[in-house]
Amino acid sequence: MSDDWPLFEVFIRSRSGLEHKHVGSLHAADARMAVEHARDVYTRRLEGVSIWVVRSVDIVASDPSEAEALFEPARDKVYRHPTFYSIPEEVKNL
Amino acid sequence: MSAMPPPSPEHDADRRQAHYRYVLRLGDTSLVLGQRLSEWIGHAPELEEDLGLANLALDLIGQARLLLCYAGELEGRGRDEDALAFLRDAPEFVNLTLAEQPNGDFGRTIVRQWLLDCWQLEIYEALTASADTRLAAIAAKALKETRYHYRFSSGWLVRLGDGTEESRQRVQGALDELWRFTAELFAPDAIDEVTQAAAIAPPLAPLAAHWSARIDTDLGAATLRRPAVQPYPWHGKSGVHTEHLGHMLGEMQHLQRTYPGARW
Repeated sequence: MSDDWPLFEVFIRSRSGLEHKHVGSLHAADARMAVEHARDVYTRRLEGVSIWVVRSVDIVASDPSEAEALFEPARDKVYRHPTFYSIPEEVKNL
Repeated sequence: MSAMPPPSPEHDADRRQAHYRYVLRLGDTSLVLGQRLSEWIGHAPELEEDLGLANLALDLIGQARLLLCYAGELEGRGRDEDALAFLRDAPEFVNLTLAEQPNGDFGRTIVRQWLLDCWQLEIYEALTASADTRLAAIAAKALKETRYHYRFSSGWLVRLGDGTEESRQRVQGALDELWRFTAELFAPDAIDEVTQAAAIAPPLAPLAAHWSARIDTDLGAATLRRPAVQPYPWHGKSGVHTEHLGHMLGEMQHLQRTYPGARW
């Protein structure tokens, strides 16, 4: 039956203020079922306070064969890293 | 204004016994339904549904633990949740007859679950206002769980009822077959009357009307037909059960019966 059900990607927000993070994927017949499955599969141990699901086919991904062109040019631009600033101790989630 | 006669010791004993039996019924229904759902583990049609049904089962067994633990205290004979769950025979169980009905196919399990989720929604919500504050607290916790159970079961009911020709036939068949057991859900007996008079339990008639309206709404969404009223003489909550409960308990209690007091 799984073959008939579309694949969904699951994103969980672990607590308020944090972003949703990709945690995995699952099969479901529709979006409502995907949320229920995500709840049952990925939040059994209080992992989250919010769930996003999106059909995997709706995600547009970069092409691994283009990785050099896309990512290599950033390699020698170390000045883009914000390592020259001191971060206040109160800032936890930067 | 005439004063109420002071309650006699017999009256107190009767009320305490009814209180115990009332809580025991709630606990047994959750326990038996939870055990039934756990039979799906490893056999559900999808991995995700396997986990989903197991989550429901765990919620229900958690409810049963709280309720049976409390029932044991009300009874006052030193029986704890384990003694009540594993060392009673079928005629001593007082769960609703519907809860013990076999799983059948996935659709039948969903129909049974949905009928009982709708029942628990009404009962637990009303019990949050019980004069028994401990029972009210248990009901408040269980109500949150039940709201999710209902979301799960009603979603599947609509999906299957309004699904393929085969899924529709299967859930309609299960509904037609299980419907007779719903006569028991809101039929009051002496224990209900005593606990209602003490404001421990809610009056059942208004809850039955809410339940019925919810059932009609969901059946409409699922394009299923409500079966005709079927009077049914069995009363699980009085200890009169279908043959299925004994077989289920045989499996559930096997370990404790074979190795009394076994722990891990």
